Amino acid sequence: MNEKELLEIENIELKLLSEAIYLRYGYDFKDYTKSHLKRRVLRRVKLDDLKNITQLTERLLYDRNALEQILLDLSINVTEMFRFPQFFKDLRENVIPILKTYPSVNIWHAGCSTGEEVISMAILLKEEGLLNRVNIYATDINKKVLEIAKEGIYPIEEVKKWTKNYQNTGGKKSFSDYYVAKYDHAIFDQDLLKNVTFLEHNLVIDKTFIDANLIICRNVLIYFNKKLQNQVLELFEESLIPGGLVGIGSKENLRFTSVNENFESITAASKIYKKKIGC
Amino acid sequence: MKHKAIVIGTSAGGVEALKIVLKDLETNIEFPIIIVIHIKERTDGFSNIYKGLNKLTIKEAEDKEDIKNGVIYFAPSNYHLSIEDDYTFSLSVEEKINYSRPSIDVLFESAAEVYMDGLLGIILTGANSDGALGFEKIEKLGGECIVQDPEEAYFDVMPLSTLKCVSTCKIMNLNLINRYIKELGGKNL
Repeated sequence: MNEKELLEIENIELKLLSEAIYLRYGYDFKDYTKSHLKRRVLRRVKLDDLKNITQLTERLLYDRNALEQILLDLSINVTEMFRFPQFFKDLRENVIPILKTYPSVNIWHAGCSTGEEVISMAILLKEEGLLNRVNIYATDINKKVLEIAKEGIYPIEEVKKWTKNYQNTGGKKSFSDYYVAKYDHAIFDQDLLKNVTFLEHNLVIDKTFIDANLIICRNVLIYFNKKLQNQVLELFEESLIPGGLVGIGSKENLRFTSVNENFESITAASKIYKKKIGC
Repeated sequence: MKHKAIVIGTSAGGVEALKIVLKDLETNIEFPIIIVIHIKERTDGFSNIYKGLNKLTIKEAEDKEDIKNGVIYFAPSNYHLSIEDDYTFSLSVEEKINYSRPSIDVLFESAAEVYMDGLLGIILTGANSDGALGFEKIEKLGGECIVQDPEEAYFDVMPLSTLKCVSTCKIMNLNLINRYIKELGGKNL
């Protein structure tokens, strides 16, 4: 067989794997970007010393533990506190003043992963005197990462970078005020998480569940194809109150999407959009 | 062979090398040029470094953007850049690959699958081996490969490790690569 035929077979195997996961477990990865799906699946095939994708599909069908593993593989859990500090600076300067005009505020972190961004948000809200008025809903497709997020305990070696990020957002205190260092871990103040509800939510199949003032979903949509990206953005649109805000990753934008008309950008540097009144 | 796209990967020494490779390209370049360079994150993007170097539009690749002919795209710092079957870009923040994000392998492998024998891959100076596996894939799927002459390269690790992975690769210095791209532009007229 030549290389082109092998590639064609590999692409068929990839489709069959997605279909198998969907039919067996209900998780739908069919509209994830192909390059992402393929890279992550082939990485797992290689790590587990399998011959091809079909062997992984067989394992997935018969072994639920293999599903847990592939869920972790397919949802990228690379994150940090105050990632891209400009975003949090913009939240502080341009979004917090808007949120302050509401008696109570709902924030949805969609795809919160291991929770670093949720804690960053809670710190920001605390410093701006808003934390007690806010309910944060932090959701992810993945049970395992939510468990880590609930704990609020992270490796201490990460904290140095996060401290620098925090300072670059215009942080008002010393970052170490928010955690206790114990052995090689930083244990974050549980008070920050008191108004946070962690929920399993699958952006692909689950429906809206709140009226949100602000939705944060950064570097999640990049793994979805255009169709799914539009579908999820429409879910966000539906979940936002009129004038509600959505923050996405610095290299993502609404320009190529179906909801573009209904949102306006409110910041230049970071991608924060406001749902137009009347939409 | 009709070229549908050029992909270029480079690392240490690449900023200067690209100034020669991209110099004076004319608007007859009827294919996209997509570049991964390992470089410390910069806020002003790449278009400023290469401003006025040629007649083409130079920009950072955006997620879900349609890939257009005659445009030079750079992978954004800290994101992997891939190409999808519908000729759009997609980004990823997954782990570094070969200690790099963006990784040249990620771009090259996805581009090879989309453009097949219409792809020209170019590896320039660099101090690690990212890009070698991607190059192997380009060759396997019928694409063409050019490596900067290791003798000329500021760092020869990347050209040398790439040469180990392929058998039909052309070796050229930067000026020749520049001329080669210009001639491809002429052919497409």
